Amino acid sequence: MRFASHRDIARAVERGVRRAGLPVAHSAGFSPHPKISYSGGAPTGAASEAEFLEISLTAELDPDVVRDRLGSSLPEGIDVIEVADLAAQAAPRLEASEWQVVLPGVAPDDAIGAVEAFLAAEHADVERLTSKGVRRLDARAGVVSLEVDRRATAEAPTGCAILRMVVRHMAPAVRPEDILVALRHMSALEPASPPLVTRLAQGPLCTDAAAASAGFHGAAALGAATMAEAPRPGRRDAEQGQVMETCLVAGDATTAGTAPASAYEQLPRGAERPGEAGCAREPDERDRPNARDRATEQRVS
Amino acid sequence: MPGGPAAAVTARRRYPVTVPVQSVYPLLEPLLPLVRKPIQYAGGELNSVVKDWDSCDVRWALMYPDAYEVGLPNQGLQILYEVLNEQDGVLAERTYSVWQDLEVLMREHSVPQFTVDSHRPVRAFDLLGVSFATELGYTNLLTALDLARIPLAAADRGEEDPIVLAGGHAAFNPEPIAEFIDGAVLGDGEEAVLAITRLVRTWKAAGRPGGRDGLLLRLAVRGGVYIPRFYDVSYRPDGTISAVVPNRPGVPRSVAKHTVTDLDSWQYPAKPLVPLAETVHERFSVEIFRGCTRGCRFCQAGMITRPVRERSITAIGSMVEAGLAASGFSEVGLLSLSSADHSEINEVAIDLADRYEGTNTGLSLPSTRVDAFNVTLANELSRNGRRSGLTFAPEGGSDRIRKVINKMVTEDDLIKTVSTAYASGWRQVKLYFMCGLPTETDEDVLAIAALAQRVIQAGRAATGRNDIRCTVSIGGFVPKPHTPFQWAAQCDHETVDARLKALGAAMRADRRYGKAIGFRYHDGKPSIVEGLLSRGDRRVAKVIRAVWQDGGRFDGWSESFSFERWERCASAALATEPVDLAWYTTRERGYDEILPWDHLDAGLERDWLWQDWLAATDASGAAEVDDCRWTPCFECGVCPAMGTEIEAGPTGKRLLPLSVVDGRSSGAGQAPAIQSLAMTGGAG
Repeated sequence: MRFASHRDIARAVERGVRRAGLPVAHSAGFSPHPKISYSGGAPTGAASEAEFLEISLTAELDPDVVRDRLGSSLPEGIDVIEVADLAAQAAPRLEASEWQVVLPGVAPDDAIGAVEAFLAAEHADVERLTSKGVRRLDARAGVVSLEVDRRATAEAPTGCAILRMVVRHMAPAVRPEDILVALRHMSALEPASPPLVTRLAQGPLCTDAAAASAGFHGAAALGAATMAEAPRPGRRDAEQGQVMETCLVAGDATTAGTAPASAYEQLPRGAERPGEAGCAREPDERDRPNARDRATEQRVS
Repeated sequence: MPGGPAAAVTARRRYPVTVPVQSVYPLLEPLLPLVRKPIQYAGGELNSVVKDWDSCDVRWALMYPDAYEVGLPNQGLQILYEVLNEQDGVLAERTYSVWQDLEVLMREHSVPQFTVDSHRPVRAFDLLGVSFATELGYTNLLTALDLARIPLAAADRGEEDPIVLAGGHAAFNPEPIAEFIDGAVLGDGEEAVLAITRLVRTWKAAGRPGGRDGLLLRLAVRGGVYIPRFYDVSYRPDGTISAVVPNRPGVPRSVAKHTVTDLDSWQYPAKPLVPLAETVHERFSVEIFRGCTRGCRFCQAGMITRPVRERSITAIGSMVEAGLAASGFSEVGLLSLSSADHSEINEVAIDLADRYEGTNTGLSLPSTRVDAFNVTLANELSRNGRRSGLTFAPEGGSDRIRKVINKMVTEDDLIKTVSTAYASGWRQVKLYFMCGLPTETDEDVLAIAALAQRVIQAGRAATGRNDIRCTVSIGGFVPKPHTPFQWAAQCDHETVDARLKALGAAMRADRRYGKAIGFRYHDGKPSIVEGLLSRGDRRVAKVIRAVWQDGGRFDGWSESFSFERWERCASAALATEPVDLAWYTTRERGYDEILPWDHLDAGLERDWLWQDWLAATDASGAAEVDDCRWTPCFECGVCPAMGTEIEAGPTGKRLLPLSVVDGRSSGAGQAPAIQSLAMTGGAG
């Protein structure tokens, strides 16, 4: 899944919803499409254990039923962890993500030095090639915490360093790859092969953790937090908000009497549990790639 | 035959017998972030199958020699994949051509050609079956063999190399790749792959008697497989073939195609592969019949897939139901060579449209003839969902040339059809033509412009609006083996390009229509290469090898195709032969010439093809041949040769609505309909 783009995931979910027979609402018009929306999909090449999406239904269904039916209809590597009814509870605030980054061929001490230099800097400007040309952004500004995960590094096969970071959702988005570019610029930190990036969690940001920049505590708080919704700033948010609203209206209109139901789901797509992460990945017992990693390009439909 | 000459050759190239078969994914994964669209190499498609290696005794690697996005939706490969994997002890995995960015990295990091299912090295399999829909995949075969570390030439392969088999329409003349393949399977694959599997199994169980050569002989004698090495080809000084003679006892003089008679007993794909990556066809396709007897003279598919075998309306209904439930696709394609010719197409269209009303399921007939009835059908099919464009294929611009190719459509038919389409609400129709047909003149091609203008006039008259469009799409004609045009001279690319240029100018000339008519075409050069590979003989292998060594890859893609390279490599590789590129392409053949595929039997009488060729080119005007489903037999030879007859309905049956099982749903609306679809279909 790591190599699937956002659009690939979206197609798989659409088909999963059809296979599961969920009564998904469709947009009106010449070419109706199912009302499923996504927030902040994991970027290029990153695996994820914490993605969120919203499905508008035309009939009320028990969230656990949705979870089981959709879960068994999705391709291997996309698992439904939790489904919540947005009519009954508020959506989680997604303010930050916790990431794990495995750097093959990097000595832990070099990584520690690079992380210290990065955290000591006030700014870390990097450039990223986007569809709209080269964009400059400050990678340091997004980082709430960053550290070398000593325990995971010690447990992993030798010859790699493992980072953990909490990155704030902001516009323009700072991605783990931007932080890696900054580390390369500042400290010549160069992995032997492409780093393995995994989103471990998304959720509300614990403010004292942010203020203290205490990294791991912040991450723990974030990881354990009940997921609650927070629209990200920017145009995309406005659109998403609108979509949600439209969904509810459409639900009311088409189901005549039944309450509109919206499901909010967490889709984990992690390659491994954090503790099991290694530099050289072993194929699993079925002798196939771990299809649980994801992403190439991020595009929100 | 130990001690024989062939055995001596193979004995020299023995490989270690016990190579543990491991996934190459740990080697591949670090490369994937460095290439375009890495998801295509990751596998893990919904409904893909991974079986335990050691518990299977016959293992197939199935290849479509083009990019994943083109190869994955291929029906033939999906059918065989499912048929084989349903067998106990048999394993089939898929492999596709890797793009050049990954090819370079795989060479650099010593990663062999792999299957996408479990990333096993292709060389570890017993058989490598390659499906050629087009000849332009030949260079990609060489890349895959080379990456797999399988010797390119079949003669150099050893006991540890897979048996390389070619299938698909291009396999009806596999001579240009005879050097690179061990065998070719002609015709329908469903039963053939199982027969081959049985032969491989018994041969392995018996201790591999005779080695590789022994297996190939079994396949040739009992499996109906064409094994090129068992036939010697000799040439006359003028370059034509003097004889094709079997060089082993028991090998048939002529190899016949395989024909499945009852389509209803082969309901595949039942569990269509659903990729994560985007592919060229994002839909569930059901083949509603196989074969076509319309008799279009240019059409190789229509000639080599005879006779017509229909799938019953009830089988179509259950396949659609099961396929949608298993895949989650939102579009269904009703495939065949001419879908509206199914004897119960009207009932199929109405009943499916009824069944899926309100479910946002699109239904389409991809291949339709010029016939107003088709518009009615398309209307019916699209009443619930998306309305894609309508495409008609008059193929030729003038009534005269349409008679030559036996496309029995008059200009008035076409105008009537498009008028119905525009009046029914379509704003755009697509018209498909060919350029470079036998006897074609400049006027025949220019007639396309006049026809397109009449189409727009008719559309404007029918709708009273100005915003209607038509797109004219033109492909170059390539004479194909086993058709009446197999003797024809291919039109040279200079002439084709000149006619296309003149046509473009004619279409733009009248400003009243200029913007309403779109024009798409390819230049004539790729058709010449396709012509070389379609009607080539064994000597063409040298050209293919030279082009591949020169860097030729993905010849079906305009961005990687190089005519200059093919031309240069052809003249170098054929320098010592009395033949050249023009000899293979723009030269007309005579009745007495032995064609490279004459020993391969598509079921058609050679004399019937010749009479049809004469009828097409008759100076006093071409004679038309009707469809034998509705007129007496024209004795093309297929039915007696195959022991089969046209298998067509009508059955008189209808499809019942899918019942609503889900008790939770109440009232009308789209939700219950969707649920019933999944519930009755047993969605997992």
